[in-house]
Amino acid sequence: MIVTELKTAKNSSMAACRRCHLLCRISESGDRKIIDCPRCGAEIHQRIPGSIQRTWALVIAALIFYIPANLLPISITSALGSSEGDTIMSGVIYFIQSGSWYIALVIFVASIFVPVLKILILFFLLVSVQLKIRWRPLERTRLYRIIEAIGRWSMVDIFVITIMAALIKLGGLADFEAGPAAAYFAAVVVLTILAAMSFDPRLIWDSMEDQHE
Amino acid sequence: MHNELLIACHECDVLHRIGRVPEGDSAICRRCGAVLFSHKKDSLDRSLALTLAGLLLFIIANAYPLLEIKLEGLYQATNLFGGVKVLYSGGYWEIALLVLCTAILFPFLELLIKLYILLPMKLNRRPWKMISLLNFLETIKPWGMMEVFMLGILVSVVKLLKMMTVIPGHSLYAFFVLIFVMAAGTASFDTHEIWEKAGDS
Ligand SMILES: [Zn+2]
Repeated sequence: MIVTELKTAKNSSMAACRRCHLLCRISESGDRKIIDCPRCGAEIHQRIPGSIQRTWALVIAALIFYIPANLLPISITSALGSSEGDTIMSGVIYFIQSGSWYIALVIFVASIFVPVLKILILFFLLVSVQLKIRWRPLERTRLYRIIEAIGRWSMVDIFVITIMAALIKLGGLADFEAGPAAAYFAAVVVLTILAAMSFDPRLIWDSMEDQHE
Repeated sequence: MHNELLIACHECDVLHRIGRVPEGDSAICRRCGAVLFSHKKDSLDRSLALTLAGLLLFIIANAYPLLEIKLEGLYQATNLFGGVKVLYSGGYWEIALLVLCTAILFPFLELLIKLYILLPMKLNRRPWKMISLLNFLETIKPWGMMEVFMLGILVSVVKLLKMMTVIPGHSLYAFFVLIFVMAAGTASFDTHEIWEKAGDS
């Protein structure tokens, strides 16, 4: 590998602004705030401070909220006097049984698969960074890019519930309401997005340099 | 302006010395493959035009009903804001706020701020409070989820069609075009160049 020849901002007494990407020369190093960016005013650090701890906290919080999000009803449909709650999974099963397998697939991927995938990948990235594993940094960076890009698509079910709740208001004939799981599920989506934002992918590459010091 | 630019990859921290990047090309990190920045083609004119079109479509999309349903003589229509109100009055204010921000407020603010920055730049002027607004734009951008909302509309339509008659409203077409206009607007907006301009005051 040519890795040894590559200079990084960190080992050249420089740091890049996370917001506007301006590269600044710095006198000290470390994760704490060094200066404010002369261009955009954001705090400049060589790595996001407390990235690992904060990402762990957000991932674990997301995992906890994931349980009520899946066990409680996410929507409540009432028709002609009787009302019925649906969990995310029972909604998916209903659409498989009624033949709309593509709707079932969209909801399953966006609401069940993507959040779990995000949590698992972040777990793996955090552990691999903490153990300073040097295994396939490029592939791990790609995993990070994937979770950064797909997280927002989990919001689709929240939007569906919003539209259905606004439309299906037909008095006693049919009524649709959000269920208690909706708030937990929204929390899972927001927490996993925040977790991906607080993870610093440069940490993956740091262990590649440590060996050559 | 510098002929050579020193830049650190935001994903793996490797330093790059970059010369002039031709229009339409991107500088790619040699270690991790991240896009360091792209030199967008006709960035200013294109993003300005797309932002104006986006604002117009946004207003249409939110002024008219999105979907209408009919079931046994009963009739109900809504736009997106109606959905937010229903969630709010049902006690789900957190979700109402989240939907309001991700599907209405942030995409709208993104368009407004872009117009505010691009229009003076087209006239060779520096917008007032440019840095603060750019900072705000970078903060809200990841939370604007118009394209996800569009998928939500499609899923809802298919769900509703199983139970009742669904009539697409005027705003649905505006929304559909808006998704592409916003995506093209993001692709043509040259964040790197705008930060560079904001820097040399
Ligand atoms: Zn890189």
